[in-house]
Amino acid sequence: MTQLSERLDVVVAEVEHVADRVVSLVLRRFDGEQFPVWEPGAHIDVYLGDDITRQYSLCSALEDRDVLRIGVLHVQESRGGSQRVHETLVKGTPLSISAPRNNFPLIDSRKYLFIAGGIGITPIIPMIENAEANGREWRLIYGGRSRQTMAFAQQLEDKYGSEKVNLFAEDEVGRLNLQTILGMPRAHMLVYACGPGGMLSAIEDFCMGWPPGALHLERFSADTLGAGSVSEPFEVELARSGRIVKVETTETILDAVEKVGVRILSSCRAGLCGTCETRVISGTPDHRDAVLTEADKDANDVMLPCVSRSAAGCGRLVLDL
Amino acid sequence: MSTPTIEPTVFSGDPYSEQNLLEPYPFLAELQESGSVSWLESQQTYAVVGYAEVYEVLTDFETYVSSGGLGPRDIRKDDAWRPPSILESDPPIHTLMRRALTGVINPGTVRGLRGEFTAPAVRIIDELAKRTGFDAITDLAEIYPIQVFPDAVGIPLEGREHLLPYGNMVFNAFGPENYIYQQAFAEGDEHARVVMNACKRESLTDDGFGAGIWAKVEEGLITEQQATLLVRALLSAGVDTTIFGIGNTLSVLARRPDAWARLRKEPSLAKFAIDEALRLESPFQKFHRTTTVDTFLGGVHIPAGSKVQLFIGAANRDPKKWGNDANEFSLERSSSGHVAFGMGLHQCVGQPIARLEMEIVLQQMLEKIHTLELDGEPTPILHNVLRGFESMPVRITTGN
Ligand code: HEM
Repeated sequence: MTQLSERLDVVVAEVEHVADRVVSLVLRRFDGEQFPVWEPGAHIDVYLGDDITRQYSLCSALEDRDVLRIGVLHVQESRGGSQRVHETLVKGTPLSISAPRNNFPLIDSRKYLFIAGGIGITPIIPMIENAEANGREWRLIYGGRSRQTMAFAQQLEDKYGSEKVNLFAEDEVGRLNLQTILGMPRAHMLVYACGPGGMLSAIEDFCMGWPPGALHLERFSADTLGAGSVSEPFEVELARSGRIVKVETTETILDAVEKVGVRILSSCRAGLCGTCETRVISGTPDHRDAVLTEADKDANDVMLPCVSRSAAGCGRLVLDL
Repeated sequence: MSTPTIEPTVFSGDPYSEQNLLEPYPFLAELQESGSVSWLESQQTYAVVGYAEVYEVLTDFETYVSSGGLGPRDIRKDDAWRPPSILESDPPIHTLMRRALTGVINPGTVRGLRGEFTAPAVRIIDELAKRTGFDAITDLAEIYPIQVFPDAVGIPLEGREHLLPYGNMVFNAFGPENYIYQQAFAEGDEHARVVMNACKRESLTDDGFGAGIWAKVEEGLITEQQATLLVRALLSAGVDTTIFGIGNTLSVLARRPDAWARLRKEPSLAKFAIDEALRLESPFQKFHRTTTVDTFLGGVHIPAGSKVQLFIGAANRDPKKWGNDANEFSLERSSSGHVAFGMGLHQCVGQPIARLEMEIVLQQMLEKIHTLELDGEPTPILHNVLRGFESMPVRITTGN
């Protein structure tokens, strides 16, 4: 088995300015080998030195395993990650990254509605490619402040046509009208959304009128994709038996706990239904579900072990199991 | 494209005969043998009994709509039009009501009820545990939900005695207009009047789910009329179902002393036991959808405008989905995916509340009651669409 927390040495093969404050980086392996197979929605950790790790979604062609491409938005109040990318990375810079990991997998469905806000377009690009290749019905709603800020917008429209790719530049047509977009749920359609927090919260609210489990989203603060989480293995202590279970980077808490024979009632296993909710006795979870409210997440009393993990700096969670 | 079509078997049995209502499973097994989708002559509807087909109907809410009503008649053809309830509406009307309701009832808001919901269960079960036997329905399943649920919604004390007969009426109306229906509707106007009154903003406490729903009117999400209907939906859909959920779970466990003993040792399995019991003895056994277009289901051609009747109790025991031991209770089985709470767009909003109530009751019982067994056969209730018991004498032992 490949050790996924293993680092890969890469070089920056291309740096391209693709929109206002957005660069696209194409990465090649230093040893000339191919990258491991990855699925739409996957991201890599980019180790930027000085303990700065940032996670960026992959947006290259799935079948081209010679390269990986990421898109990076330069954020003003950046804690330094995107700034470093923008200011110091040039063609030929060596870089260390993790192998691709996926917290935002595309579940097979007959129809898809993709909604992207700004740089949130990146994980959606391979999803679209996959849906198109499999002959699925899909539509993309892509909003941004203005055309100049919307990375890859023109390419997507040219490639798939404006029937399927609906671009909404705020300075031309105003904000996305979510009531129009989500007011009429469709059968057998999944919604995949990625973008700024405010937009995602509004989408969550509208999707409460959709079938449970229809919405899948990836939440990230403006410059860092889920930067608060550890990509290292961690431990879970099962309070009722005192047992300690190690959770590898490649598995969920639910997987790891079930592997040692302890059962947790679960249903969607994707952070959507809330069935597996488990009480946290100590430790700080990194919440990745779409069920708990912000208040619940801050309180850290419960978590969904099907998707949520341990927060950075917290090597052990004690759960009521 | 041509889809190979099968002629549906014409099935002459009557799901609403007294015998088949009281003892549904032999009938459902026979119906299942005639195919996943059959033509029910007695009802002039299609009967859907295969798990995969029931799942398909529940998830394809564009082809199989709810606005025709959950019963056998197309309510859109009724003379007296009434505003649709959440259960009998389609998007986009359903969408707004569902958003309002899910905003109020969700795992987060329900979690906070555990304390309030536990105290009455402790009281009731402590008392019962002093006896050597009791009636698991009339002394427990019918008592407990009525003590916690109306308070959680926030309706007045006065008039609560109408809740059960009202629920009985609403659910029986999802079946044909037989004598059971007629009986349920005796004094129906009075029950409906009292319940409608309880749903008004001024009747409700300010901290219950009812008030939460009315707050959605202020937010501009729903109309006042819709708020009244949503509160009513909770009151009609939330009482009988849970009573039967508790009763049915106990009816299964009272026959399985081995499972009871194991659950006492591993109380964390209680959630699984409840899920598996609901699969086996699903409280909401059957309801309808209406087709909007010509379609194919399980290879059978169904014309537009047809009523299809979903047999939840059959889907949840379909051997193709659950294996050859589908009729047996097993703590080892993963019963997730069962359709006792429906699936998809209309999937039960009250699920977290129902689960909380059932879990608390079972956990309290497991703590205090060492053995539980039947003390005579339970008496099933004669109901058009719900499966449950009127009476279930049990014998218990405790540590004392
Ligand atoms: C064990 C107990 C329960 C069972 C077996 C049950 C079963 C169901 C089923 C099968 C449906 C779907 C009907 C359809 O697809 O047309 C449903 C919907 C619904 N249930 Fe429950 N239910 C239970 C408890 C509750 C409770 C406690 C409440 C109230 C808090 C409730 C409120 C509702 C509502 C409002 C809907 C309609 C949802 C919609 O149309 O979007 N139920 N229930």
